[in-house]
Amino acid sequence: MGRLKVSLLTGRTVNQGKWKEFGKFSREYMESVAVCEMDPQDMKELGLKEGRNVRVTTRFGCIVVKAEKSKRGPHPGTVFIPYGPWANIVVNPETDGTGMPSLKGIEATVEPTEEPVMRLEEILTRHYGNERLRGERRDA
Amino acid sequence: MRRVSAVVCPVCGCCCDDLEVIVDDNAILDVMNACALGASKFLNYNKHRQRKPMVRRGGRLVEASLEEAVRRSAEILVEASYPILYGWSSTSCEAIEVGLELAEEVGGVIDNTSTICHGPSILAVQDVGISGCTLGQIRHRADLIIYWGCNPWSAHPRHMERYTALTEGRFQRSLWRRLILRLHADSMRKKMLRAAELSLIKRILERIKTRRVREAPYTLWEKERKVVVVDIRRTRTADLADHFIQVKPGKDYEVLQALRALIRDEELDVDEVGGVPVETLEELADLMIGCRLGIIFFGLGLTMSEGKLRNVDAAISLTRDLNRYTKFLIMPMRGHFNVTGANVVFTWQTGYPYAVDFSQGYPRYNPGETSVVDILLRGDSDAALVIASDPVATFPKAAVENLVKNPLIVITPDVTPTSLVADVVLPSTFVGIETSGTTYRMDHVPLPLKKVVEPPEGCVPDEELLRMILREVRAIKKEAAVSTVHVEA
Repeated sequence: MGRLKVSLLTGRTVNQGKWKEFGKFSREYMESVAVCEMDPQDMKELGLKEGRNVRVTTRFGCIVVKAEKSKRGPHPGTVFIPYGPWANIVVNPETDGTGMPSLKGIEATVEPTEEPVMRLEEILTRHYGNERLRGERRDA
Repeated sequence: MRRVSAVVCPVCGCCCDDLEVIVDDNAILDVMNACALGASKFLNYNKHRQRKPMVRRGGRLVEASLEEAVRRSAEILVEASYPILYGWSSTSCEAIEVGLELAEEVGGVIDNTSTICHGPSILAVQDVGISGCTLGQIRHRADLIIYWGCNPWSAHPRHMERYTALTEGRFQRSLWRRLILRLHADSMRKKMLRAAELSLIKRILERIKTRRVREAPYTLWEKERKVVVVDIRRTRTADLADHFIQVKPGKDYEVLQALRALIRDEELDVDEVGGVPVETLEELADLMIGCRLGIIFFGLGLTMSEGKLRNVDAAISLTRDLNRYTKFLIMPMRGHFNVTGANVVFTWQTGYPYAVDFSQGYPRYNPGETSVVDILLRGDSDAALVIASDPVATFPKAAVENLVKNPLIVITPDVTPTSLVADVVLPSTFVGIETSGTTYRMDHVPLPLKKVVEPPEGCVPDEELLRMILREVRAIKKEAAVSTVHVEA
C-alpha cells in the first residue's frame, strides 16, 4: 500500500462545533472529528475509497482516522482534520516562543490502514496512560 | 410556556443577541434565530451533565460533598508551588475577576484560551497597534470585506448575516441577491457539465470547465459591497465570496508584504508570491485602495501557521498603510463567546491580557515562558485548575501528558475528557443559559448574558465556586500561619 507526503491542516467545521456542544463522548462528535478530509486525486493515488481508515503520521505521533473525500478541493498534497482529541495526537506542540502551538501546515504522511479508529475513551487511556481512568465512564 | 427574547448566544465571539428561547417547565423546547452551533448548545446542554462534585479516592472518582471537593481543591492549590489556572473564555467576566484574585492568592499562573487562539494577534497588536472598530460600523458602512485565514461559515456561522456581507446596512446593501444569482448560475453550470459529460461533447465540456477560471471582474459590481476570501483552501466561505485567493500554506506573510509593496506603488519583479499571481495581487491592491471603507477579518490561518504573530503584524501594517489612501480597519475573529472578555478583565486587573504569572507576588507576563502550553511542555507546573474549558481535548498531546501527571481540579458544567481525568470535579452552571453575567463580543462590546432556566440542583455558578475555593485557600493559609507562630513561640 502506498504512502503519501502531505501538509496537515487542522481547523473548525460546522459539525465539529455542533456536536462538541452536544457532547464529546457522543458517536456524532467522533464521526465529525475523527476524519481526514483528502483531495480526491490523493485518495485515488493511494487507492483509497471514502470511509476507509487512514493512518496519519507526523514526527509527533500517529493516529488512525476515517478518510473523507474533500468537498473543498482541489487541494492536492493537503489534508484536513477538524480540531479534537484525534488531531491533537499529531499536531506540533512547539510554540516557537509565542505560547501558540503550530496547528496548521504540519508535515505528515498518510497511508491506508485496516486498524480501527480509536474511541475517545481509548485515546484517553492509551495516550495519556491513565490508570486514573480505569473503568471510568460516567456520562452514559 | 414562555418566550425569552433578546438572549445573547453563549457560543462564539459573534455573541448574537437576537435569540429567542422557548421555555416550558424549566426546559428549553426550542431556540430561534440561532445558528447550528447555538441551537445545538441550547437544545443539548443538559445531556451530558456533571451533576455531583467528585473527588478521586484510591484512583477512582467518587461522589463527594461540595464542601469536601472545595476543601480538596483549596488544599491542592495551596500545596502547589507553581499551579496553573486555565480556561476562562466560556464563563462570565464576573467569574474571571474572582479567578484572578485566586491566582494572585495562590501565586500561580493564570492563562485563558487566547493562548492557543489569538495569542499571537495580541502580541502583534502590542507591537504595532490596531486600527479597530465595532461591528455596527462594518455592517452599515464597509464596502470591502476581506476574510483572511478564517472560515466564518464554519466557526462564526452568523457573522456574514449579522455584521458583514449579507446584512442590509444603512449605507450598504446586502449582497444576497447577487449570491442567489450566482448559486443558480453555479448549479446550472454543474447541470450543463453533467449533461455534456453524458453526451461526450468534449468541446462544450472544456468551455464550461474553463469558464470558472474567468470570474466576474470586480468592476461589474461597483455599486454593492464586495467580499474577498484569502485562504489556503477553498472553504464554504470562499464559495460566498466575489473573489477567492488561494495562498500556499505558510505563505501569508509573503503575500501580505507583497500587497504592502504594491500599495506603495512598488513593482514586484516576480510572477507570483505565495502561489498567487502578481496580477491578482495588483487587482486586490487596487480594490483595497479604491474602497471607501474596508476591513480585514483574520483568523487562526494567520496565528497558527508559520510566522504566527509576524503574519498578524504584516496584516495590521498593511491596514495601517492603506489608511494613507482610504479608511481601512482590521479585526480578529475571536472564537469563544467571552475570550475577548477574558483578555479585557485580565488587562484591567493585572495589566496583561493572558499568560499572567503571579509566582513572584506581582503580575509578570512573558508569552513563550508564562503561557500555559510552554509551562506544560517544560513540565514546570505541579497542579492545575481548569475552568470552562477542555484542554485534554484541545491541547497537543505532549502538553496534555504533563497536565494529567499532576493534581487537576476541573470546574465544569458537563462531562468532558478533562473532567474524566481530574482529581476534583466541581459541577457548575452554563453561563448564558443558567447563570447571568457579562460577556464581550469580538469587537469589545460588552453584552449581558441572560439566565433562561434554573440550573439543576447541586450545580453552582462558576463565580460562587471560585469564591468558595478562595475563602478556603485563605482559611488554610491562615491556619498554617497561626500554627507557624505557635511553633516559633
